[in-house]
Amino acid sequence: MSLEQAFITYIKDREATINGQGDTAWHQRRRAAFADFEKLGFPEKKDEEYRYTPISRALEREFDGNEITKADISAQAVQEFLDEIVPADISASILVYVNGEFQSSFSRTENMPEGVIVTSLSQAYQDHSELIDQYFAQQTAEQSDSFVALNTAVAQEGLFVYVPKNTIVETPILAYFISDTSNGASVASPRNLYIAEQSSKVSVIESFHTLGEGASYQNAVSEIWVDANASVYYNKLQPENNKAYHTGTTEVYQARDSRFTGVTVSLQGAMIRNNLNVASDGENCETHMYGLYMLDGKSHVDNHTAVDHRKPNSFSNELYKGIMGEQSKGVFNGKVYVRQDAQKTNAFQSNANILLTNEASIDTKPQLEIWADDVKCSHGATTGQIDKEQLFYLRTRGMSKDQATAILLRAFAGDVLENIELDFIRQQIESVIDQRLNTNF
Amino acid sequence: MLKINGLHARVEEKEILKGIDLEVKPGEVHAIMGPNGSGKSTLASVLAGREDFEVTDGSVQYMGQDLLEMEPEERAREGIFLAFQYPVEIPGVSTTNFLKTAVNQVRQHKGKDSLDAVAFLKMMKEKMKLVDIDQSLLSRSLNEGFSGGEKKRNEIFQMAMLEPTLAILDETDSGLDIDALRIVGNGVNALRNQDTATIVVTHYPRLLEYIVPDFVHVLYNGRIVKSGSKELALELEEKGYDWIKETVDAAV
Repeated sequence: MSLEQAFITYIKDREATINGQGDTAWHQRRRAAFADFEKLGFPEKKDEEYRYTPISRALEREFDGNEITKADISAQAVQEFLDEIVPADISASILVYVNGEFQSSFSRTENMPEGVIVTSLSQAYQDHSELIDQYFAQQTAEQSDSFVALNTAVAQEGLFVYVPKNTIVETPILAYFISDTSNGASVASPRNLYIAEQSSKVSVIESFHTLGEGASYQNAVSEIWVDANASVYYNKLQPENNKAYHTGTTEVYQARDSRFTGVTVSLQGAMIRNNLNVASDGENCETHMYGLYMLDGKSHVDNHTAVDHRKPNSFSNELYKGIMGEQSKGVFNGKVYVRQDAQKTNAFQSNANILLTNEASIDTKPQLEIWADDVKCSHGATTGQIDKEQLFYLRTRGMSKDQATAILLRAFAGDVLENIELDFIRQQIESVIDQRLNTNF
Repeated sequence: MLKINGLHARVEEKEILKGIDLEVKPGEVHAIMGPNGSGKSTLASVLAGREDFEVTDGSVQYMGQDLLEMEPEERAREGIFLAFQYPVEIPGVSTTNFLKTAVNQVRQHKGKDSLDAVAFLKMMKEKMKLVDIDQSLLSRSLNEGFSGGEKKRNEIFQMAMLEPTLAILDETDSGLDIDALRIVGNGVNALRNQDTATIVVTHYPRLLEYIVPDFVHVLYNGRIVKSGSKELALELEEKGYDWIKETVDAAV
C-alpha cells in the first residue's frame, strides 16, 4: 500500500472506533482536515511549493504504510541517547516522544508557576478540552497544505503548553521527538500547541532525532499563540540522521506588542522541509527568525518562511545561513508580506550561504511583497565559498587548514547561533562543526 | 637560518621572482626595498606559503629544512611570522580567542604546555604595552572596522604573542603616520635578539630610521640588483629608485 493510502485507511479505521470526543469542535476540525487530505493527497511533482523538494516521491519509495502503527521501541537505546544529549544538571522540563508516543517514564516537568500547563497533547484533549476547542487547528491551512491537513487529521500526540496571563516560565521546556528505528522504519506525526497569554513568557525547544539505522519520517505541526505583550522563544533542532525525512509546519500568531524569536537549526536529513509562518497581527510586534542549515552527505534541507505584516508599526528580522558540504542541497524561500494597513513596518530578511564543495548546491529565493507605501524593508541573498584570504591568514598564525576552516565556519554561523538561549545546545551544534572538519565535512 | 637559492616564482603565467639569492643569519635584520611591482611582496608571500604563487625553480632552506615543502601552518609553528601588508578582516572571530588558539598551537608544536586563561591574559597584557594596543580592540572581531594603523599594530601585537624566530614584515609601514610608525618600530625592536631574525619589506626608507637594518637589498624586476649596508637606504632616500632602474636597465 502507498503511504498516502495507508494514512487514509488508518484514519478511517480509527474514526470508526472513536467515541466521546467525536462531537467536540476540535474533532470536527480533524474530520474536515481529513477530507482536505483525501482531496489533496501528497503534493504532486508540479506543485510549485515543493518544486525543489520532491518529498512525496521519496516518502512513497521509503515507506509502505505499515510504519504508522508500529511503535516498538528500545527503551535502552532511548535512555542511552537521552543520557548523552541532555545534561544531567539542567533545570528544564523534558518531554520525550518516541515513534509518536509520549514516554512519561523519560519525561519530567520542573515546578511550574500556578496555572501553567505542560503536558502531552493526548492528556490535554482529556483535561483541557475547552482550550483545545479554542486553539487547536485555528491557524493552520489544511485546505492548501496537505501535510498540515494530514497532521491535523491523524495526530494524537505532541506537546501542549499553556501559560496564563502575566506568568513567566523561567525554565525552558524541551521536547524530544525521537524516531527509534532499532526495530524497523518509523513514522510519526507530532502535533504541538503552545499558548502564551497576555504578558506571559515561555521558551520551548523542539528537537528531532533518529536513532538506529532505519528510515524515519516525522510530519510535525506546531501552533504557537503569542497574545498581547507576550514573549515566546522557539527553537527547532534537527540533528537527525541521513535517513530521516521530515515535513514540518510551525504557525505563529502574534497579537499586539508581542515578541517572537524562532531559531531553526538543521544538521542532517535525507529530506527535510520546514515551514515557518508568522502572522504579525497587531501593532508593535517584534519578530526574529534565525536559521542555520549545516549539511553534509546527501542531506537535503528546505526552509520556507513567511512573515505576514498585517498591522502598522511592527518589526521583523530574518537571518538564515547555510553551510553546504559534500553533495548536500539547501533550499531557502523567504516571503515577507506587508499589507496595505501595515504602514511603518520595518522588515529585514537575509540569506547567506557557503558552499564547501562543487557538488553542494543551494536554491535561494527571497521574496518581498509590499502593498503599504511607508515602510522600510530589505532583503538579500549571498552564496560563496570559504574566503581563501581569511583561510591563509589563519594558517600563517599556525592553525591547520581544518582548524582555520572550523573557526571561519563557526564565525559564519555565529550570528545565528548566538540567538540560541541554551548554552549546551549551542555548544553541541558548534562541536558538530569541529567533528565534521576532522572527518569529511 | 634562512637560505634562498635561485628562487623563481610565478603567478598564473607571469613570472615575478626571477632568481633570488639571500641568506639570513640569526640576529640579523634585512631590509628588502624596491619600487612597486618589483616582487617584494611576492617574496614575502612565498616565504609564508601563499598558494597563489607557484615556485618554478630554486630552493629555500629554513633551519635546515626544505621550507617550500611545508604547509603555511607548519612554517608558522616552526617560527616564521608574516605581518601582512593588508591584514585580513575576519568577522565573528575576536583577536583574543583567535590568538589563544594560535599561541597554544605553536606552543604544543614546540612541546610546551598550553597556556591557561590566566597565563594567557598575563602574556597579553605585557605584549599590549609593547605596541600600545587597547584591550577593547582585541575583544572586537579580528581587524574588522580597524583603521590602517590599528591593523598594523595588531599584526605586530600578534607577532609579539607568537614570538617568531623569523619575522617577515610586508610593508608594515605603508600608510602609517609617524606616531604609528614609531610604535611599530619600537615593537619590532623590543622583540629583536641574537636568536631571531627579521626581514623588513618596505617601499619607503623612512621605516629604517626606526628599525635599523644590518643589510639592505634592492629588489627590481624579480632580482636583487644591489645589496649593501644601511647606508644604501639613505642613498635611496636621497635619490629615489630611478637611478637603480637606470643602472640595471642600462646593463641589460
